[in-house]
Amino acid sequence: MLKEATQLDELVSREYRHGFVTDLETDSVAQGLNEEVIRLISAKKDEPEFMLEWRLKAYRHWLTMSEPGWSTIHHPPIDYQAISYYSAPRSRQEGPQSLADIDPELLRTYEKLGVPLEERELLAGVAVDAVFDSVSVATTFKAKLAELGIIFCSFSEAVREHPELVRQYLGSVVPYTDNYFASLNSAVFSDGSFCYIPPGVHCPMELSTYFRINALNTGQFERTLIIADRDSYVSYLEGCTAPMRDENQLHAAVVELIALDNAQIRYATVQNWYPGDKNGKGGIYNFVTKRGECRGDNSRISWTQVETGSAITWKYPSVILKGDHAHGEFHSVALTNNYQQADTGTKMIHLGKNTRSTIVSKGISAGHGHNAYRGLVKIAKSAIGARNYSQCDSLLLGDRCAAHTFPYIEVKHPSARVEHEATTSRIGEDQLFYCQSRGLSAEDAVSMIVNGFCKEVFQELPMEFAVEAQKLLGVSLEGSIG
Amino acid sequence: MLEIRNLQVSVAGQPILKGLDLGVKGGEVHAIMGPNGSGKSTLAHVLAGRPGYVVTAGEVLYQGGNLLDLAAEDRARQGIFLAFQYPVEISGVTNVYFLKAALNARRRHNGQPELDAIDFLALIRSKLKQLDMDESLLYRPVNEGFSGGEKKRNEILQMALLEPTLALLDESDSGLDIDALKVVANGINGLRSPQRAIILVTHYQRLLNYVVPDRVHVLADGRIARSGGRELAIELERTGYGKPGDAPGTQAAMP
Repeated sequence: MLKEATQLDELVSREYRHGFVTDLETDSVAQGLNEEVIRLISAKKDEPEFMLEWRLKAYRHWLTMSEPGWSTIHHPPIDYQAISYYSAPRSRQEGPQSLADIDPELLRTYEKLGVPLEERELLAGVAVDAVFDSVSVATTFKAKLAELGIIFCSFSEAVREHPELVRQYLGSVVPYTDNYFASLNSAVFSDGSFCYIPPGVHCPMELSTYFRINALNTGQFERTLIIADRDSYVSYLEGCTAPMRDENQLHAAVVELIALDNAQIRYATVQNWYPGDKNGKGGIYNFVTKRGECRGDNSRISWTQVETGSAITWKYPSVILKGDHAHGEFHSVALTNNYQQADTGTKMIHLGKNTRSTIVSKGISAGHGHNAYRGLVKIAKSAIGARNYSQCDSLLLGDRCAAHTFPYIEVKHPSARVEHEATTSRIGEDQLFYCQSRGLSAEDAVSMIVNGFCKEVFQELPMEFAVEAQKLLGVSLEGSIG
Repeated sequence: MLEIRNLQVSVAGQPILKGLDLGVKGGEVHAIMGPNGSGKSTLAHVLAGRPGYVVTAGEVLYQGGNLLDLAAEDRARQGIFLAFQYPVEISGVTNVYFLKAALNARRRHNGQPELDAIDFLALIRSKLKQLDMDESLLYRPVNEGFSGGEKKRNEILQMALLEPTLALLDESDSGLDIDALKVVANGINGLRSPQRAIILVTHYQRLLNYVVPDRVHVLADGRIARSGGRELAIELERTGYGKPGDAPGTQAAMP
């Protein structure tokens, strides 16, 4: 038994592979937060007046709030005055007009991360918007998308070029008063991605954003806004990494999705922020607010997330099902290893008639990891005939990790049908030995068992990313057995 | 092929095997019999390398090398196969994927090229046919939702696929009806060859009507108490292991 425990320990401990630091000249503002800093960020980005006003309102509201304390997460107090709220690679100032103008060092970083922009542009058919620290450095495939009327650009550019769309939709799903971290983000967000799909357009390629935190003592506060107009379709993927640092870095993003009549948005995240070392030192604090609104009838939003990184993950991608017959989905794999903590889940708010929601959550805990599923299914009085199906499965590796499930259900209409299933299992020595007795290494065995456990979620990911997610999961659990 | 000398094994601090000696040559089929708790299954598991089974004394030579030095997966790659009494379920992993991964792990070890999906499917189909098994079994998760008989047959399928040098079958006959027993027995007989040794761990002699052993050993209190030929099993069926109600041929004693 003891030998078994050690073997699992070895298996699940492994070094972070994206932990390199890129040596770039950066343009950062001094640490600390006050109205001056916010004005400075807004000025650096040439924002119209309404944006600054909105930021300041958010900041003033934030000052009245305190950090939420209801989750299972524990961390030392965050000093919000010790964070730099803006950091940009210097070359940005000279204004890169194409990939050729971008610092080659930065491009090499993306290559190391597996996001070769040029290659993607040429081969993969994936349009990538890459956000480095605080600014968006390149958006590939922009011209091709523009022919279809699709707007896919950095958030800063959207604020400058399409202020009417930003003004109409920004904060309409996640208001600046929403929660502590969303308010902070609203005040200081520095960049992110913006996407608008016009009526009737089926976006022909996966849209993708890659986020990376590089600079020391920098917070990353990006904001993503996706609008799918009537009868349109878009599939979107977000990936994230960060270098290894002993200090904790704060990431507080906001993502808003809006689907109008008959529109569909699929949003997938592969989150691999630096999780901290074996002893729980360092790592990203990931406090993220993601929410979609199925605003139109027959609209559909699905969130798929694979969360393997971060010291702390606090996120609840949610769907407000406002339109009749709207459908919301949440598919999640969250893995915690070493001293990682995850408190993640979803909210499905049923307002429209015959709305449906599906929740499939897979939590994997290893080492001393803590993993909590927290979900709310709310069926309003107006939601006649609403249905929900929830399934929450937990898998434990070893005996020092923990899994919790907190399902909240509020039903205000008698016609609602709500189903909830939950299981907890352990990769036992039995399964491991069974595989090994067939010649599989312990590493391959754990990887196979974990991937089997996550299969339902991986099926929701776009093909190429499903392969990546499988590898990532294997890598996150990979050990150094001799 | 296999030489066990004075093997002593403890599980969770409890001595189970207390000085076991056994020699098995290529081409031979040995049956290990004995009452519950005599250490039959422990022997099979310790040979396959199950963690938690602590060897406190003795040695095991396999093909001239020290078997006990090898990790479970290395033993498997060198041709040792254990058919489980209680095969383990793995959700979300299809049987076909599992079988292919197992075969290719072995092939890699032997320096053979891995089989691709098409070649593998052709191979596994031929094995299914030999064992009179349905192809749909391949696309179900490993052992999940399988009946008792299907699980046992699935073990035999794996054995047929991996073509081990030393096969250890742990109560592969328990819980089977007569038709399933014949399928399992045919699978085992199909593998008999001069290069291969088979050790059958069984409580009942019923399987031995279909798979005729070269040697029969009776385990008692962690040691081999008696050894003999086929006739020993038949004698045991008449007389039992010496404890009332524990006659190996008595079907009523089945769990």
